[in-house]
Order: sequence, then C-alpha cells, then structure tokens
Amino acid sequence: MTATTIEPVDYDEAIERYDPVLGIEVHVELGTATKMFDGAPNVFAAEPNTAITPTSLGLPGALPVVNRTAVEYAIKIGLALNCSIAETCRFARKQYFYPDLTKNFQTSQYDEPIAYEGWVDIELEDGEVIRVEIERAHMEEDAGKNTHVGGATGRIHGATHSQVDYNRAGVPLVEIVTKPIPNTKGRAPEVAAAYVRTLRDIFRALDISEAKMERGNVRADINVSLRADAEAPLGTRTETKNVNSFRAMERTVRSEISRQAGMLDAGQKIVQETRHFHEDTGDTSSGRPKSDAEDYRYFPEPDLVPVAPSREWVEEIRSGLPELPAARRRRLLGEWGFSDLEMRDAINAGALDLIESTVSAGASAQSARKWWMGELARVAKDRDVELEDLSVTPVQIAELQGLVDGKKINDKIAKQVLLKILEGQGGPAEIVEQEGLAVVSDESVLTGAVDQAIADNPDVVAKIQGGKVQAIGALIGPIMKATRGQADAGRVREIIMEKLGVTG
Amino acid sequence: MTLMPSIGRDDVARLADLARIQLSDEEIDRFAGEFDSIMDAVASVSEVATEDVPATSHPIAMTNVFREDVVENTLTQEQALAGAPEAQDGRFAVPQILGEE
Repeated sequence: MTATTIEPVDYDEAIERYDPVLGIEVHVELGTATKMFDGAPNVFAAEPNTAITPTSLGLPGALPVVNRTAVEYAIKIGLALNCSIAETCRFARKQYFYPDLTKNFQTSQYDEPIAYEGWVDIELEDGEVIRVEIERAHMEEDAGKNTHVGGATGRIHGATHSQVDYNRAGVPLVEIVTKPIPNTKGRAPEVAAAYVRTLRDIFRALDISEAKMERGNVRADINVSLRADAEAPLGTRTETKNVNSFRAMERTVRSEISRQAGMLDAGQKIVQETRHFHEDTGDTSSGRPKSDAEDYRYFPEPDLVPVAPSREWVEEIRSGLPELPAARRRRLLGEWGFSDLEMRDAINAGALDLIESTVSAGASAQSARKWWMGELARVAKDRDVELEDLSVTPVQIAELQGLVDGKKINDKIAKQVLLKILEGQGGPAEIVEQEGLAVVSDESVLTGAVDQAIADNPDVVAKIQGGKVQAIGALIGPIMKATRGQADAGRVREIIMEKLGVTG
Repeated sequence: MTLMPSIGRDDVARLADLARIQLSDEEIDRFAGEFDSIMDAVASVSEVATEDVPATSHPIAMTNVFREDVVENTLTQEQALAGAPEAQDGRFAVPQILGEE
C-alpha cells in the first residue's frame, strides 16, 4: 500500500485536464481437448490434480510436445485480427517464482510471437467505430490455481498457507496485446469494455473458446496512462491485472483515470506497477512494481523446436474462417431491414443470435425482434437473467408467431401462451390445444355473441348508428369477454358493422 | 558484433536475487570472476556469428513437431501428490506466499 492520501479527481474534471491512453492485454483459454504441451484433458472444474500428466507437473524428464490444434486456433485468432502470421516462431521460457507453475518458468513466446501487426474495429454503443491496433498475439500456457487458506477473505494477505491445483496448468492460452489506444478521451472506459467484448464475440464466432467471462476463459489486464494532451509523450502507465467482467473494466479505467489525475495534480509521479481491482469498492490498489522484461530472463525453450506454419496451412485456415461478428452484423442489418437503433439495441441486449435463429425458423425479422426485444426482454429483466437463458427456444417463438400469423390465436393470447411456455408447460401449439385457446372462428358463436351484445347495449348501438363508429369498441369489449379473449377482434368488428348496417 | 558486457558484483547479486539464490559476499566475488571468463568464451563465439547466421535455439534443424489434440493417460490424484512434501484437500500445500499475487 502506498502511504498517500491524495484524493482522486472527479472523472469528468480529470478528462478535461488529461488525455487517457489505454493498452489492453487479453488472455483467452483455447477450447482444445487437451493442454498446450501434453495430453492431459483441458477441463473446467474437475477434481483437483486429476487432469494432469507428468508434463503438467513439470516432473523431471517429462518433455513438452506442441498441440497442433492449439497452434491452428492461435493462427485463426491472428487472422481474424488482421495480423501477419509468422513464417517461423519459437517458444521461450519466462522465469518467475510462484507456485502456480511447478517449473519456475512459464512456456510462452517472447520476441517471436505467432501473430503480429493487426487491427480490429470496435463499435461503441452509439455506433461510433474505433480501430484498435494489435501489436501481437502469442501462445503460452495457463498456470495452476492457488487457494489461499487462513486469511479473512480468501486473499493472499493474511493467509497462513496456500493450496495448489494444477488442473489448469498447461491449458493453452493466446495473449493478445494492443498498441497504445489513443484519442478515446472520456470514452476510455467504454472503449476498454467494448474492445474486450468484441474479442470475446470473435472468439465465439471462431469457435476456438467458450469464452465465458465468469469462468475466466477470457481475462484482461488493463493499462492506463495520462498525458497532458494528445501531442504529449505517453505518460507512465499502470497495469490492473485480471479484470474479468465488462463492468469491472469500465470501473477500473474510470477509477485509474481519477486516481492518476489526482497524483499528477498534486505534482506526484505515477509509479509503474501492477494494480488490483476491487469489486466491492470499485477502486484499484497497488500490487507490485512492474517487472522489467529482462527480469524474466526469457530465453528460447530448448525442449521445443520452432513452429513454422507453412503458407499453405495459413491460407487453408484463412479460407475456412467463419463469418466474423462485424461482417455478420452488416449482413443481417441489410437482410432484416432494421434501423441502426433497432440493430444496436438488439446487439446490446445479446439478442442477435436469438433473432437470427427465430428468423431461420420461419418468423419475419420484425416479428422476431418484437418478441425478443419486447415481451421476452421484459421477462428477462424481471427475472434478472440473460435473454439466452430464458427457457424458450427461437423455434418455439417462430412457431408462436406462426400461430398468430395464421390467425389461430391473437396477440393477447400469444402473450399468455408465451408465459406458459416459459413455465415449462410445453410448446406453443401444444399449449393452445391443451388450454383451448384457439381463436373462436366458428361464425355462429361469434354472431351469437354479437347479437347478445347488441341486445344488451341499445344506447351504444344508437350512438354507432348515429355516426359515432368509434363507440363500437364498447361492444367489442363484452364480446371478447364472452369468448374469453379468443375472438378475432377484426372479424368481430366486421360482423357488428354488417349487423348494424354501418360502414367505415 | 558488439563486445559482451562484463558482469560485475552488482549484476551477480541481482541475478541471484531474481533466481532466489542466497549468496555470500565471497561467493558473489567468486561468481563475478567466473562469469567474466564465461562471457569471454561466449564472446569468441560471437566473432564467428555474423549477421547472416540466424540465432539457433536447437541444434537439429527441425520445425513443427506437433502432437494431435487427443487425450492421453493422466495421473491419479494420489500419484500426482505422491511426491509432495505436504498435501491438503487433494491439493499441493505450499508455505505462505507473500508480496505477490
């Protein structure tokens, strides 16, 4: 802990006086069947120390062998981020002493990353597009998991000892490093989160990782520095480690900008260090002084030979890349005819896949949008869950809309059916059948109900016949009630007008 | 090629610190001297390693030695922990870690 009591500066004021520059390192765990350098399964939440081989434990004599699929996935990431793929590259040992790896080094890449010099465009919530330059993407192994025992909050400080599970040790990682991201001004927090979200979506589209933030499949280290203005040289940066949710990324950047502005205002120097974000307070605290690269004493890994992806292999991988999220959004925007705002709302709500699947199941784009962004968004919000976690499928929504389009049920009944689907009572057609919710299309039933309503409401009839056609609603109400809401209101209106001999 | 930088006492002390090796003053003196002769030997290699000779990390000119992504036999938890000085809850128990996180 630093002994300073310097007050952070209000965020908006800090942004007026200083120009923030970001740099982001994203680690993604690859979804391979096995680890980077050995055949132990790459699994989440197994019994501790069961998904390991002698290589995972770095036992004497155990030798690493590179996982071909992991290299392929790393190349996919590089290509998706518009990087050049190295003609040849090596692994290197990064030496450090910490019990999360048994070897006292992490097998990583240093001066020869597999991918370098790329870019990715990110779209902010209001539609502004920012290009982020990628410096490199390199392959490495994940470390084991420490559990600190004896401390108050499971943190390292105050712990009496620690326990280590090496199931995660050796899981393939790709680390993606940006160049400094300038000119984000007050939007720096949003840019940080949008960048990582963009990468997360790309990882999922490439199908190289489940990319679940809450499982730590995707982790970000966020560098922030301030300078006087966009012309000034870069200021000293801090690196906040392992920020694992989009909200935490925004809060980290905000709080670092405020804190550093306070230091600079007070004439203090920013210390180049790693910091930790605290979910409870929204602040960061000092970690350790940032090691210089030379402290890691990198040297080429003698147990592994260079990886030299042939140009044929790279082109084969390139030609097999799926449609990436940005291109897909442009295509869907054209196909669906949404407004930009409708599209952004759907993206921000995480509804794009759901709408697309609903459309492929036969619904129109607008009706699919109406369900997912209307009734279902409301239910998801009430229940505080994600849209995709609601217990209704796009196919069911398309079927439900099909019932409405075919005039089997009306909109109001459709909403009731939806709630029953969400309660697990069955599929749309099934529920309509079981509960007898189909629109009353038997003309004799409708005509009978109309006759009854006309007989019961002579004053309303007089008004309508006197020219106040809008009064017809007062007759439709009781008819819908008599048919338990299952009449087609349009047809009922027609019958009333026929009976009373009015038009319009 | 540039001359190898010489390794002084301060460098040895710093390297020892990074490598978590405790050295006495006498040892630091001795290693500083030994490092110098090692560096001289390396420098003589540098004389023949000209710009057009690529850096070599492996004596055999091989590339792309890969393994297919297929699960192999794993250790059991008992086997994994068999050599551990201490184990607890199926995990390796390690002494208090301070200072870093």
